[in-house]
Amino acid sequence: MPSQYYLFLSLALFCIGVMGVLMRRNAIIILMCIELMLNAVNLLMVTFSKMHNHADAQIFVFFIMVVAAAEVSVGLSVVVLMYRKTHSIDVNILNRLKN
Amino acid sequence: MIQVAWLVPLFPLLGFLITGLGRNKLGALSGWIASFAVLASFLVSLGIFLEVQHLHGEGEEGTGASIIVPVYEYINSGTMTAQISFQIDALSSLFLLVITGIGFLIHIYSISYMSHDDGYGKFFAYLNLFIFSMLLLVMGANYVLMFVGWEGVGLCSYLLIGFWYKNTEYTNAAKKAFVMNRIGDLGFLIGILMLFSKFNTLNFTDLQAAISSGQISVGYLTAIALCFFIGATGKSAQIPLFTWLPDAMAGPTPVSALIHAATMVTAGIYMVTRSHFIYTLAPVAQQVILIIGLATALIAATIATMQNDIKKVLAYSTVSQLGFMFMALGAGAYVAAVFHVVTHAFFKALLFLGSGSVIHAMGGEQDIRKMGGLKSSMKITYLTFLIGCVAIAGIPPLSGFFSKDEILMSVFKLGQYGKIFWVLGMLAALMTAYYMFRLLFVTFHGEFRGTADQKHHLHESPALMTIPLVILALLSAFGGMLGLPAITGAPHLLEEFLEPVLKTSLVAHPMVNALSHNAEIVLMGLAVMIAIMGISMGWFYYKKYNADSEPKGLAKMAQGKWYFDEIYHAIIVKPLLVLSKFMERWIEKSGIDALVNGVGKLIQASGDRLRYLQSGLVGFYLFMMVLGIILLFALQIWIL
Repeated sequence: MPSQYYLFLSLALFCIGVMGVLMRRNAIIILMCIELMLNAVNLLMVTFSKMHNHADAQIFVFFIMVVAAAEVSVGLSVVVLMYRKTHSIDVNILNRLKN
Repeated sequence: MIQVAWLVPLFPLLGFLITGLGRNKLGALSGWIASFAVLASFLVSLGIFLEVQHLHGEGEEGTGASIIVPVYEYINSGTMTAQISFQIDALSSLFLLVITGIGFLIHIYSISYMSHDDGYGKFFAYLNLFIFSMLLLVMGANYVLMFVGWEGVGLCSYLLIGFWYKNTEYTNAAKKAFVMNRIGDLGFLIGILMLFSKFNTLNFTDLQAAISSGQISVGYLTAIALCFFIGATGKSAQIPLFTWLPDAMAGPTPVSALIHAATMVTAGIYMVTRSHFIYTLAPVAQQVILIIGLATALIAATIATMQNDIKKVLAYSTVSQLGFMFMALGAGAYVAAVFHVVTHAFFKALLFLGSGSVIHAMGGEQDIRKMGGLKSSMKITYLTFLIGCVAIAGIPPLSGFFSKDEILMSVFKLGQYGKIFWVLGMLAALMTAYYMFRLLFVTFHGEFRGTADQKHHLHESPALMTIPLVILALLSAFGGMLGLPAITGAPHLLEEFLEPVLKTSLVAHPMVNALSHNAEIVLMGLAVMIAIMGISMGWFYYKKYNADSEPKGLAKMAQGKWYFDEIYHAIIVKPLLVLSKFMERWIEKSGIDALVNGVGKLIQASGDRLRYLQSGLVGFYLFMMVLGIILLFALQIWIL
């Protein structure tokens, strides 16, 4: 299978992620879309690694996975707190810094 | 005694702290504490003075006759060191005696004179601080310490002139004195820095050795000498900075006697004498000093002849006498200058204290047109004042004759121009005799012209005031014995005493065409005749004084002080004010302020607009983020 396919798939996944972050108001969906973007990048990295026969990019992928896991745990706990406070996970409710 | 020389300034400093801190609690005691502080340093000075005489001949080449007493080193940074150390030699020990001795008499006098004043304690604190600063100035072994004392006396002068601070005119006089002094101080400071940049030291002894070895151009030395002289014109009230001294009479009379006659104004003389090794190598600067001194002596004397305020007459007389001293310095006759400093300190302190006694009796009146006939009710004041007048007029054997004669003689010996200078100096001496006796006759002779109330109140001052007068009168009468002229055959004590300090300059300045004894006698005879002429002129015009008609022409100009104040006001003060107004309006308000305010306003206004971007909608923020990233990509791809 030619590697362009992987590239286009990665691009599509990334765009879906971006659109999801922009369009949705549900905090969990937004987090998921961010994950989607990260993984799109991972896919891209691995593809390029394969294309150029170079292992550096794959190591980066591991780092990104670790960071993503950490990010999700923080993000989810923020969402939980937010739900406790407002009984909603709609990000547009959070438009005030005070109170 | 010399090794504990630091005691001399310590006592007045302690006195200042005690009287200053306890000024509300000590009451009448503070005057006595202050006086005894000065008395203590006088006694130490006396001990030092007696010991210094034994230093003579020891050590080598002029500098050996001084002892440096180190106290404390407060700056030590690279090549720069600044020490508190005192130089004790003939010159400084003589000045110490004059300062503390006359200072003590004036303190005693002030106890009585100021007894009814609200600021009694404060007054003595200031007086002691002044004595302390003056002692620092005189004892300092380097220019830095001298400058500290120099500034200190300027400060105390300001504080004491404006002592009665509720009177706006007096505070203005104080400010004027301070500003005038500052102008001079700047010159002095520049001179010091020029010296330091060349020699990396400011100790007198090191500098003298370095300069005398002749590694420096005459031009540079002349510049330094002139800078120092600017400082001296400020402190010692010479043209062009003399106008502060007559105004300084706003202070209490003992202050006028102490600061503006006997001690502070002689700081300039002391400084030039101390720097004799510079001036000896800078003949151009000496010429300038000679001419300025002569001009000051003449102009101040003419003004003094037309003043009607008893203290103003004495103030201009001081300026004129200081002019004489500078003439001597310009002629290289340092001993004569110091001699005149000493005798002038005696009789001018006497005259000022005498005038204070008069003012005291007249209930604060200072205008001599409203006095007259005081001699019958104030015998001691009259007699002592008379002795002072005779001394300053130059009648032998009183002290003023010898010192003034020595100055004029040294000027006469200066070669062809010396004769002209001598004639002009004689003219100033003539006027001196004239205005002093005018003052004496108008004040003490004739009919009393004051109110009946004042006449009833007339009285001799208490003993605390008259005793200092009597002592000073004795000193004025016999002070001349310090320096008898050569023809009497007696030794010139002062010259012998100062010779080790000034040796290099005295040798470098051989008196050209020294006079024969006959010529000297003729000159002396002329001087005496001139003095008698001045006195008889005063007698002729003022023995029966009644309120004068308005002076006209030149006399009016002299009464108006040759309009120096007005001229300074027109050419310096006014343009400065206009310039300041312009600066304030256009540079400060429209320039700097507008710029600073403009920055603030710009940020405020832009913040006001940009505030709307901060909507609080997360979606919007994310959208802007993505947009930003896309823009960055676009930038990367198409533009860069």
